[in-house]
Amino acid sequence: MSWFSKAASETQITHGSRVWLYILAGLVMVFLVAPTVIVIPMSFSESQYLEFPPRTWSVRWYEHYFASSEWMAATRTSVLVAFFTMLVATPLGVMAAYGLFVSNLRFAHLIFLLLISPMMVPVVLIAIGVFYVYAKLKMVHTVGGLVLAHSMLAIPLVLIVVSSALKSYDMNQEMVARSLGASRLRAFMVITLPQIRFALITSALLSFITSFDEVIVALFVSGGDNATLTRSMFITLRDQIDPTIASISTIMVLVSTSLLVMAQMFGQNKDGT
Amino acid sequence: MSVADILHPGAAAAGDAAPNADGLKADAALERMKLFGLCSPALLLVVVTMVLPVVWLFYLSFLSDEGTFSLEHYERLTASKAYARIFWTTFKVSILTTIICVAIGYPLAYFLAQLPKRAAALCMITVLLPFWTSLLVRTYAWLVLLQRKGLVNTWAIELGLWDEPIKIVHNLNGTLIGMVHIMLPFLVLPVYGSMKAIDTDFVKAASNLGASPVKAFWKVFFPLSLPGLFAGALIVFVLCLGFFVTPAVLGGGRVIMVSMSITDTIELFFNWGAASALGVVLLVMTLGTLFLASRLLNLDKILGGGGGGGGH
Amino acid sequence: MSDNLGRGEALPIFIGNVTKTYGKVFALDDVSLDVKQGEFMTLLGPSGSGKTTLLMVLAGFTRPDHGSLKFGDREVIRTPPHKRDVGMVFQNYALFPHMNVAANVGFPLKLRNVSGPELAERVEGALETVQLGGYGERGIDQLSGGQKQRVALARAIVFEPRILLMDEPLSALDKKLREHMQIELRHLHDKLGMTTVYVTHDQREALTMSDRIAVINHGKLMQLDEPRTIYDFPANTFVADFIGESTFVPVSVSGGKVSYDGTALQTATTPDGAGKYNLMMRPERLAFVSGKKPKDVNVFKGTVSELVFQGESFLMYADLSDGTQVAVRGATQKDAMANVPEVGAAVSLGLHKDDTVLIPDTGDLPA
Repeated sequence: MSWFSKAASETQITHGSRVWLYILAGLVMVFLVAPTVIVIPMSFSESQYLEFPPRTWSVRWYEHYFASSEWMAATRTSVLVAFFTMLVATPLGVMAAYGLFVSNLRFAHLIFLLLISPMMVPVVLIAIGVFYVYAKLKMVHTVGGLVLAHSMLAIPLVLIVVSSALKSYDMNQEMVARSLGASRLRAFMVITLPQIRFALITSALLSFITSFDEVIVALFVSGGDNATLTRSMFITLRDQIDPTIASISTIMVLVSTSLLVMAQMFGQNKDGT
Repeated sequence: MSVADILHPGAAAAGDAAPNADGLKADAALERMKLFGLCSPALLLVVVTMVLPVVWLFYLSFLSDEGTFSLEHYERLTASKAYARIFWTTFKVSILTTIICVAIGYPLAYFLAQLPKRAAALCMITVLLPFWTSLLVRTYAWLVLLQRKGLVNTWAIELGLWDEPIKIVHNLNGTLIGMVHIMLPFLVLPVYGSMKAIDTDFVKAASNLGASPVKAFWKVFFPLSLPGLFAGALIVFVLCLGFFVTPAVLGGGRVIMVSMSITDTIELFFNWGAASALGVVLLVMTLGTLFLASRLLNLDKILGGGGGGGGH
Repeated sequence: MSDNLGRGEALPIFIGNVTKTYGKVFALDDVSLDVKQGEFMTLLGPSGSGKTTLLMVLAGFTRPDHGSLKFGDREVIRTPPHKRDVGMVFQNYALFPHMNVAANVGFPLKLRNVSGPELAERVEGALETVQLGGYGERGIDQLSGGQKQRVALARAIVFEPRILLMDEPLSALDKKLREHMQIELRHLHDKLGMTTVYVTHDQREALTMSDRIAVINHGKLMQLDEPRTIYDFPANTFVADFIGESTFVPVSVSGGKVSYDGTALQTATTPDGAGKYNLMMRPERLAFVSGKKPKDVNVFKGTVSELVFQGESFLMYADLSDGTQVAVRGATQKDAMANVPEVGAAVSLGLHKDDTVLIPDTGDLPA
């Protein structure tokens, strides 16, 4: 019996009769991955038009990026803001998730909805709103202002990831720890926290990347000496196809891929020791 | 041997049938305060950086240029043909993106859901990788690929699909390609999740009872996967409504969506009232869609969370 | 070393007027009871009866609406769990999976600033007490269900609490291991002498292990007595039905005289006054009577309607003259089986007067 005539699922359908499905799925997967992957070799093209495959290889666009004080400053700002966003959003989100999870607050459900509402409100609206308020408070173009706005955008993700981790966590363990003499705080730190660490790491990475990739709020709120990388990229992109951006994109893809791999690796260890 | 015999005579002082009631009530209130205290920093942040600004914009949208209460910004929205076109474009792009995502995302999710575990994990990377990649980078990649002398045109001409470079970017087509690419993971993940939760015994039973594979799919599997499909389509549609970066870059000024109109109104005209009114309408459209959807299906499930309810 | 475990003075527990409501539902409805110093007390009831809620009140995880709780002389109703100094064992063990056995057992000691050789020695002592000496370095996922249960127990007793609380600790084990652990837990209790409160829904487990049993239903204390008394003289139909098997036969009472179907009955206790009563018939207390009516035995006549062979015993159903169906249980030993009548045959069933127990009919007779 060839593979084609074998049963392919719980129904008696054969692989042969749904080759179309495999082809379609394959094409969609290529569609999903190809553009980002193809940028990598293109960024090493000598030509202004980013040929693929490049006729002449070169690192000139990387040199251009690393030599530009503006791009460097923007990169520094982005990393800084993303790092602080991670430091603000993760603990705040974890605290809220735990508080809502263990409480029998009458309004817990409403609080949860309010905390994830930044995910539902269009970012443009948030961006101009924050811009307006920051203008009054003289916080436009400050790192601190951007960190706060980005943390607000990241909190829903932290809340959702940590809440679902707490749901699958056996809260009896924390209760046992408390009955054995640990205060609630200590029981959480020593018993619960180590066991939801995967969710914690995921939340931190998500917070970082949310801020690092964010465009619209940064477009309005960052600027001057504190323009973020995405803001500079977006402004450039609207006017021209700058090959330098291919090199920056490659670096960003590598960063996000390694973050993803990190997240997956911690995920694998989830069930281990 | 009645219950009365069992009552411990010295347990509570006579006349005090509810010992420690006040103290316990105070303890409960204190605990509630502490737990609320845990939520309050996050709550404060969201209120100050989101709720407050949005409320302020709401207020601005009802303010005339002279600073008095007026509906002039909303009147202009309804009167102007230009605005009607912007809303129509926004709606059209969102619907088309959602439909294409469903059409190609559902089969992919179905394919992934039937793969063996390891293969599924591997193929899942193709869905997760774009998810984790900056959407600016992805938009840029499409800009490069779709441009006049870009890869798509070059290859298509070499393969003889068309004769000379055609315009696929800086118009609706480019915008749709880019947006489908950005939105697809948001559809595939929930659909995949709901398919994985389907008990395959149902499908087995259906085919054992003589249903053809196609019939078993449409009568049993498909209806069971619908909640995930609705959730995914909803997320895609709502995100599309407020989308900005991709249409701004790939639309080349020819595809103007509400969000772009808002930023233009601020950046070019500094007209806060008009921008706010647009924003309020966008917000109402978004929340309205979510509200309608939540009446049809369980919103908590879609959002993956749901607070409270836990504890003991 | 292990002999020193729990040798501190055990503490009695006084529970007074504890009430806990969830909305309009009473999880605990004005419960008062004492647990004596060093006693093994079981809270027994069906699921949702409030027995676990009561245990959680003792542990400090559920805050009642009102009530008093004393460990010895100390009022602890408002004391947080970690300051109550009680050992607790959960149904699902709740071992810490990110720590090995020794770290799990040593956890309460570390919180009490025990360290170094003393820590190691006391951990090993506790493990030996539960017959797991030398298991300290094992990971939690390397243990069987029974071993996990023992580790959870070692962790709960290692800091020598005066009080030990257990929430259905054996329910996850298979039947054989469960029965073995019941005996072992009881021996351990006798050795350590801690006041123990044990929650279970398994009546046989409660009868096997307890000094006294508190039967709880709908948040109320139904009866508190020694196992024998609970079984032989249930205070109400709920207890009679929940513990052991029984058939209820309505009887009429007038002027202190009890009669069934016109025949006077000899009873263990005389009902005080009128009211409706049911006669409780336990299947294993009924015996076949042939020939002359023996002394001190009430005889009921009926017809055999069904015979069921159950291995270690057989069950016979008989319809009494008023239509009530009663069950009779007998040994399957050869001689005993020889006397069993066939289906359709008339049969006389004897119930000793000491086993003829009347239960007030509170109108909640099980179907």
